[in-house]
Amino acid sequence: MRSSSSRACEGALAIGPRKEDAGAGPGRRDLAATEAHRAIEAIWRIESARLIAGLARVVGDIGTAEELAQDALVAALEQWPAEGVPERPGAWLMGTAKHRAIDLIRRRKTLERKHEEMGRDVERVQEGLDLDTAIEEEVGDDLLGLIFTACHPVLSKDARVALTLRVLGGLTTEEIARAFLVPVSTIAQRIVRAKRTLAEAHVRFEVPDGAERVARLASVLEVIYLIFNEGYSATAGQDWVRPALCEEALRQGRVLAELAPTEPEVHGVVALMEIQASRLAARVGPSGEPVLLLDQDRARWDRLLIRRGLAALERAERLGGALGPYALQAAIAACHARATTAAETDWPRIVALYDAVAQLAPSPVVELNRAVAVGMAFGPAAGLDLVDALVAEPSLKSYHLLPAVRGDLLRKLGRPEEARAEFERAASLTENVRERELLQKRAVECAAERMAR
Amino acid sequence: MRVLIMAKEGNQSEAATPPTPEAMAEYQKFNEDLVKAGVVLEAGRLTPSSQSKRVRFDGKKRTVIDGPFTETKELVAGYWLWQVRSIDEAIEWLKRSPYDGGTFEVREVVEFEGM
Repeated sequence: MRSSSSRACEGALAIGPRKEDAGAGPGRRDLAATEAHRAIEAIWRIESARLIAGLARVVGDIGTAEELAQDALVAALEQWPAEGVPERPGAWLMGTAKHRAIDLIRRRKTLERKHEEMGRDVERVQEGLDLDTAIEEEVGDDLLGLIFTACHPVLSKDARVALTLRVLGGLTTEEIARAFLVPVSTIAQRIVRAKRTLAEAHVRFEVPDGAERVARLASVLEVIYLIFNEGYSATAGQDWVRPALCEEALRQGRVLAELAPTEPEVHGVVALMEIQASRLAARVGPSGEPVLLLDQDRARWDRLLIRRGLAALERAERLGGALGPYALQAAIAACHARATTAAETDWPRIVALYDAVAQLAPSPVVELNRAVAVGMAFGPAAGLDLVDALVAEPSLKSYHLLPAVRGDLLRKLGRPEEARAEFERAASLTENVRERELLQKRAVECAAERMAR
Repeated sequence: MRVLIMAKEGNQSEAATPPTPEAMAEYQKFNEDLVKAGVVLEAGRLTPSSQSKRVRFDGKKRTVIDGPFTETKELVAGYWLWQVRSIDEAIEWLKRSPYDGGTFEVREVVEFEGM
């Protein structure tokens, strides 16, 4: 059974109250209406990103595009329950939204008059209306434009994440708030402010190219992986994992891999997420506690996701050139995935891969991970030397995994008293309840080991 | 959630008539749309039941039965494994498929057992 918050992304889309018959049971009409509502919810999930993307291309900004798409949704909610769901619901929504777009642009034009550009907008929209099919065919670039815009570096990370889940994931503000355990008003404000920032910065709705594309793509991948990670090891709260967020990030990664198949790092991030997600079931114990990688029951790893992940990694490698940071991390994850037992892990190869990551994207966190691998490949003393060098690192000052790793190495070196102190420190630093319990348990075990000496 | 879609095409799986190129193209287009939407995890077509076997279990006894099997309406000819956010989403996708015959069964896969 999944906990309620892990269903956050799958819950009913709050697009208006369902008309349940309060009286003598639902009649045929009400049943049809309920069915229509469920269909609309599902159709919205399938179509909303394409709809917003197509509209953003003609009106030029995400904010207006999303409002127009919402208007079309409201129209569907009014008409479909009575008239039935149209045969091509996506085209219906797009047509309805575009008519509104034309009205909107005309109103703006009357108000402002001075901009010749507006005239061209109307032409563009009208052209678009005649070319419904063409638009459906060429939606790929629009979607890519939408992803690049929602993940624009002018926005804060939080804003990018919220906007991406909203316009690309089709999630409601309530669902995003629930997934991140923050008040609805916080997310609502974040989205409003993000749209305003994009408008004020005159961010053009486009697919960037050249050097800008490289930088902007990095921002896109960062957002997708942030969403994944929030689900994979929830930074706060009761749940250790929130699979629905992982699923959403994976879905967006898979979509992106189809839209930008020649970008090795896109396949790299997909490979990394697929392989990490393959362990979702194994990294949670019977009472919801975390189970660390080397202690996991590998029979519970999802072979399908591993296979998909290895295939994605191969795609990244086939595109040539040196592997980027995501593909390298995927290669590390693949080392674990390929080992039938924890003892068979190719640690020297993992150390070499971390060396490559550290060269490309040096960071104290990477150094810490490298130290863990060194500890496994060449003994805990070698690992501890590296970790000790990181203790003074300001950016790791409140990072719970530093004392956790240090504690682990000290324990292996037969220094339980020092290890206990490190685990206690780690427990006090994490905000995740489940993880704290695990670290406290380790501290207690170390105390017992000390007594037994 | 994951759903398994089983295509039950009745006699079609037994008849060796390959689909027309037009039907094939439509099917491929639909499958492409699904892949582009990040829906398809896995897909496969099965050989006719004349080439398949069944193993029946009765206590310690195992009986191997050779195809073909007669309940043609129930025979699975192909399958998809989809990642969707609800059964309704799977149904909406399925409605868009170009098939003009057969039945498609939609089953949710149980995940995170023991959680």
